[in-house]
Amino acid sequence: MGRIDSAFKRLKSEGQQAFIPFLMAGDPNLEMTKELVLEAQRRGADIIELGIPYSTPLADGPTIQRAAKRSLKNKTNLTAIFSLVEELREETQIPILLMGYYNLIFSYGLENFVKEAERVGVDGVIIPDLPLGEDQELRAYSNNLDIVLLVATNTTDRRLKAAAQNSSGFIYAVSTPGVTGAREDLSLEIKKVIDKLREYTGTPIAVGFGISKPEHVKDVHSFADGAIVGSAIIKKIEENLALLPDSEEEFIAKVGELIGELSGRDKG
Amino acid sequence: MSKGKFGEFGGMYAPEILVPVLEELAKAYDKYKNDEEFQEEFKYYLKQYVGRANPLYYAERLTKKLGGAKIYLKREDLNHMGAHKINNALGQVLLAKRMGKKRVIAETGAGQHGVATATVASMFGLECDIFMGAEDVRRQALNVFRMKLLGANVVAVEEGTATLTDAVDAALRNWVERSEDTFYLLGSAVGPHPYPTMVRDFQTVIGEEAREQILEAEGRLPDYLVACVGGGSNAIGLFYPFIEDKDVKMVGVEAAGQGVDTDKHAATFTKGKKGIIHGYKSYVLQDEGGQIMPVHSISAGLDYPGVGPEHSHLKDIGRASYEAVTDDEAVEAFKLLSKAEGIIPALESSHAIAYVEKLAPKLDKDQIIVMNLSGRGDKDVYTVADKMGVEI
Repeated sequence: MGRIDSAFKRLKSEGQQAFIPFLMAGDPNLEMTKELVLEAQRRGADIIELGIPYSTPLADGPTIQRAAKRSLKNKTNLTAIFSLVEELREETQIPILLMGYYNLIFSYGLENFVKEAERVGVDGVIIPDLPLGEDQELRAYSNNLDIVLLVATNTTDRRLKAAAQNSSGFIYAVSTPGVTGAREDLSLEIKKVIDKLREYTGTPIAVGFGISKPEHVKDVHSFADGAIVGSAIIKKIEENLALLPDSEEEFIAKVGELIGELSGRDKG
Repeated sequence: MSKGKFGEFGGMYAPEILVPVLEELAKAYDKYKNDEEFQEEFKYYLKQYVGRANPLYYAERLTKKLGGAKIYLKREDLNHMGAHKINNALGQVLLAKRMGKKRVIAETGAGQHGVATATVASMFGLECDIFMGAEDVRRQALNVFRMKLLGANVVAVEEGTATLTDAVDAALRNWVERSEDTFYLLGSAVGPHPYPTMVRDFQTVIGEEAREQILEAEGRLPDYLVACVGGGSNAIGLFYPFIEDKDVKMVGVEAAGQGVDTDKHAATFTKGKKGIIHGYKSYVLQDEGGQIMPVHSISAGLDYPGVGPEHSHLKDIGRASYEAVTDDEAVEAFKLLSKAEGIIPALESSHAIAYVEKLAPKLDKDQIIVMNLSGRGDKDVYTVADKMGVEI
C-alpha cells in the first residue's frame, strides 16, 4: 500500500481527516521549501502538495502565480524538485504529491517523469490541465504513482463516475467555481458532488480551492476526507519574505503558526 | 474519448472546471454546423455585413517587379473592419446568440480580433469585455480606441510579458468564473476542442472563395498558397479547401522577429518542440524545462508561442511547410506592396508578402501563387514609421 493510501487509512481508523497544505516548490527557494515541508508536518500536515512552478498557469489565481514567478526566478525545474524530494525522504515519510501543468511533465518525458518520481519517493501527481480523457498515456507508465483526478461542482455525472473509477490516492474536488484563491465564504455546492462520488467509490475525497481559515478546514472535514489549503499559506510566505535571508527560523515559525492554526493539530 | 485531434495534436487539455463548458460549446457547435438556418444566417451576414465575397486580385505590378510566378492576393483586408478576423467573430457570435449567452469575452493581440469581437457584440447587442496585453494596449492604441467606441470594455493585462499569451490566460480565467452567461470568442484556430475546428470552419470561406475565383480567372488551381501564421486562422481558412488538391503547395509564414537565433522571435515551427499550451497539443516555443518562452514579433498578431494544432499536423505529414520571415523583411514587404500596388498591408500579412518576394522569382511565369492578404495596415503605420526613423 502506498503512502497516500496508508495515510488515509490511518486517519480513518483514528476518526480524523487529512490536512493537506500546498507549497510552491522553490518559493522563495528550495532550501526553504524543504524546511517548510518539515515544519508543516510538525504542525499537523498529513500529506504535502508541492507545486511545480509554471510560466503560464491557467487554473491558478494571482497568489499562486506570484509564488510560481518567485520560484522561477531561481530557475526551479523538475530535476531540482526531484532532488528536493529525494533529500526530504531521508528525513520524512510524509506522503508527497507534485502538482504541475502537463507541459512540464510532457517536456520532461512521460516515462522519465514517472520513473524518476517513483524513484525519489513522490507518491502522487495532480495535473490540473490533464483532464480525464487525455490522461491514458501518462497512466500507462505509472506503477506506484497515484494520479489524482480533479472534479468540479459543474462536472457531469458521467465524468464523476469515470473520475471515481480512475482516480487513485484520492479525488480532488474543487470547491468553488473559478480559480484558486482565498475566499470569505466557502461554497458548499461541493457537498452534492461528494455525495454522488460516494455512491460510486470508496476512494478518499479531498476538497481544495478557496479554503483559507481554520473554520473552513473544520467545515470541510465534516463532509470530506481531506482539506487542501494553498493560497492562504502562500500569502503568509509572501508577507514574511522580508525576514529572509537573515531570520530563517522566524520565517519558518511564522508560516508554521498559520499551518498549525489551519490544521488544528499543531504538534510543534 | 479524445476529441478534436489532428493526428496527435489538438485535444482538450483544460482544467476540469472548463471541460463541461467546452463540452457544452462543442455540442452546440455540432448541432449548428449542419443546421441550414444557422448556415444561411451566417452567409447572409458575411455578404450583407462583412461585404463578402472579397476579390482575388491579380497583383500585376508586383508580379512584374518580382519577375516570376503570377501573384494573386485574396483581399481579406477589404472586409468590414479590415481583416479576416470578422469571419470567425461573426460565426461565433451567431452561435453565442443561439446558446443564449448574454456576454462575450475575447483575447486580442494586434487588436484586430478584439475589434472584430466588439463589432459583432455591438451589432447583436451583447455585453463585451476584451482582454489585451498591456504592452499591446500601448502598441495598438488606435484599435483600443475603436473597441471602446464600439462599446466594449478593454481590460489591460499586466502579467508576464503583457502580450497575447497573457491576455489568453486572463480571458480563460475570466471565462471559468463566468461561464454561465459568458461566451468566449476565441480569435484564432488554437485552444482546446472545439475551437480549432470551429474557427477553421468559420474561416474556410476564404479558401472556398479563393478556389472558385482562381478557377474562374485561370481555369486551374494555383501552384502555391501562402499565408502568415501566428495562431494560424487565416492560413487554415485559406488552406483547408485545398488540402485534398495534392499539387497545390501550402506555405505558412511565421515571425522570425529579430532572427530565429536571437531570443526575440515567434518562430514556433522553426524553433519550437511538441508540447501543450492553452488547452491543446501542438508545436510550442518553450525552454528545456517546458516553460513557455517570451516571444517577439513586430506584428502583435504573430506574437504567439503556440500555433494552431491542425498546422502542426499538416507540417508533420508534410502537407504544408512553414517558413520564417524577420521583422525587417516584413517591413520592407510592407513598403513594397504599398508602392507597387497601392495597398497598405497589415504587418502580419507583410510576412506572407516577404516570403512571396523570395518565392515568386524562383518560379516560372506561368505558375500561380495565391497569397492571403489577411488585413490592412492602417493600424501599423506608426510602427513602420518608427522603424524607419520617421516621426509622425
